[in-house]
Amino acid sequence: MSEQSTNREIAIKLSSVKKQYKLGQIGGGTLTADLQSWWARRRGKEDPNTKIGQDQRLIGQTFMALNGIDLTVYKGEALGIIGGNGAGKSTMLKLLSRVTAPTEGEIDIYGRITSMLEVGTGFNGELTGRENVYMNGAILGMTKAEIDAKMEDIIEFSEVREFIDTPVKRYSSGMYVKLAFSIAAHLDSEIMIMDEVLAVGDMAFQKKCLDKMREVAKKEGRTVLYVSHNMNTIRQLCDRCVVLEQGKVVFEGNVEEAITIYLNKTDDEFSCLNDLSKRDRPKSSTNKAFMQQIAFLNKTKAVCTRGEFLKIKLDWIAKANLSDVKFRMIVRYRDDSPVGLVQSESLGNFSVDETQITNLEFDTSMLAEGKYFFSIALFQSDEVGNSVILDHVTRACSIEILNNTEDKKILNWEHRWWGSIRFPSLKILNQGFIKDGNH
Amino acid sequence: MEENTNKQYHTHITSKHKLFSLNLKEVWQYKDLIVLFTKRSFTLTYKQTVLGPAWIFLNPLISGLIYAFVFGGIAGIGTDGVPAILFYLTSNAVWTFFAACVNKNASTFTSNAGVFGKVYFPRLTTPISNVLSSIIQFGIQILLVLGFLIYYLAVGEVSPNWIAWIFIPIEIVHLGLLGLGVGIIISSLTTKYRDLTVLVTFGVQLWMYITPIVYPMSQLNMGLMKTILMINPVTAPVEAIRYAILGQGTIMPIYLVISWVLTIAVTMFGIMIFNKVEKTFMDTV
Repeated sequence: MSEQSTNREIAIKLSSVKKQYKLGQIGGGTLTADLQSWWARRRGKEDPNTKIGQDQRLIGQTFMALNGIDLTVYKGEALGIIGGNGAGKSTMLKLLSRVTAPTEGEIDIYGRITSMLEVGTGFNGELTGRENVYMNGAILGMTKAEIDAKMEDIIEFSEVREFIDTPVKRYSSGMYVKLAFSIAAHLDSEIMIMDEVLAVGDMAFQKKCLDKMREVAKKEGRTVLYVSHNMNTIRQLCDRCVVLEQGKVVFEGNVEEAITIYLNKTDDEFSCLNDLSKRDRPKSSTNKAFMQQIAFLNKTKAVCTRGEFLKIKLDWIAKANLSDVKFRMIVRYRDDSPVGLVQSESLGNFSVDETQITNLEFDTSMLAEGKYFFSIALFQSDEVGNSVILDHVTRACSIEILNNTEDKKILNWEHRWWGSIRFPSLKILNQGFIKDGNH
Repeated sequence: MEENTNKQYHTHITSKHKLFSLNLKEVWQYKDLIVLFTKRSFTLTYKQTVLGPAWIFLNPLISGLIYAFVFGGIAGIGTDGVPAILFYLTSNAVWTFFAACVNKNASTFTSNAGVFGKVYFPRLTTPISNVLSSIIQFGIQILLVLGFLIYYLAVGEVSPNWIAWIFIPIEIVHLGLLGLGVGIIISSLTTKYRDLTVLVTFGVQLWMYITPIVYPMSQLNMGLMKTILMINPVTAPVEAIRYAILGQGTIMPIYLVISWVLTIAVTMFGIMIFNKVEKTFMDTV
């Protein structure tokens, strides 16, 4: 491997790159506030702009988002970058796309870089699709002549031909993404940076994007850097993978190995008691209820043998008068692939500010061995079956399912190929051998 | 053997930055982007409006009339024998141009944070296109001025200095540079201090009153006010342009030179801190 790689052309080389961020408030934000603080400090008085209860130690403290990254990316390879939240993935891509500069270290880039950190960057709602193609292409470094030459291909690939002369503010989010991806995919850059751009768009288009990216890397010899939380797309696209943790490269090499290492790192989230009061809520939630805590009652560790019943205790508050509240859990395997949905019957009607403790029981017998995350929600259903989300927490809790004694006869469950549902065994109704010519 | 093909696109990023690097070559590579930015600022202004591009003429015409009414009519400030409407249209065109350069550039970083935070392109393209679109806007306003000029020439109420017209493009570039310099200095500071934006609005208004825009220089006697006016780097270019178009006022070579020196200093300083800020402003904005 190393012998081979020394002969390969280098696309990107990072040498001991560090990026430091200041923690806490960066200045007062306004000139008057800063002058006030400065004057107060001069006279030895208390800073009037300090927030009460703010940890003084945090002021002036720094945080290393990247703590000495050494990495070489070779020409024509598709490199996956994975790591938990705050591992430094996005910071690294920001440095490479030259949005911000490193605090220490050097980066050498051989080739032009196109970054698609977020889809539709620089799109202006008032401009038409075509105008935005010119605009976006130019922002990404293409000249007008280059865009003209590629215009047909871009429109063709984007699947939005009928709407190309309509202002993009009238586009659906899917069309937006298709057009944006199409522009980036047709750039003449040698290096492409992608940060989970495939999160939107329909399935067919996602597949088309992945194929296009593979084609870009394999046939055209371009280099692709891909960041994602979705291990399946990493598997499909990348031929090498890097695991980042706390601003450092902890693994570099084979994709499957990297994914295993990354997934094992996330284990420390496993706990029986999960405080939800400080967790983020998605925009789609109406916040008419507030889930405070979810706990597994009959457990000391969040580990279960398959077939065991998991007793769940949910503490929550109704923030409005609610009728017919239901609870549901979306089960995802640890690589973020969805497994299934389980929901409760109606919990009943509740009036505002009532604190509730709801005890539930979950049958684990359908889950194959492995680690799972639950995204939980309280919701109501309307007449036509649409659900109104009252409160939702993504990855609220997690559990590890172990094989029961019978299961051990099948050794490793291959989640990648088989999914994660283990249906009840097939029943054998009857069987016998057919006698010749006589049924 | 390696890096043979890509050498032309080699980029080297370090934590250090040069104090003064213009990167004009890179800006030139992105000239199409500058053109598009400039175009966009026009298309966006007049999309979904009833009168559309007619506003380009209506706007200066209305403010010219208001100035003529308030300052010429009510306040009774003389215009050195030049027809009031022509005087105010010309002055207003020049000032609008300069003020637009300052105001638009003053928010370069904050209003483009969305794009700047996602992709790299030479940041200087934004202020440059701001100045360019202001120049075009000025050109359109001058067409309006020309219309009135032809009328008053026919009537014989105005006598332009045709030779001095050569100063007009030079002084417009001059004012454009000054506006760019002041604007990007402010924009570099606003990444940290948001309240400067408020100051800019007031500052530019105040600046107009210490520039001979709504009154001719001749209205002032010697004194502190006149000294302030003369040091003001906008005064000399404004006077020169009005001298050419209206044949009113004077060209003041010494003050023009002083103004140029100041302009170059401000622009250099502006680009210097702009360069410093653009590297890491995403971390603080």
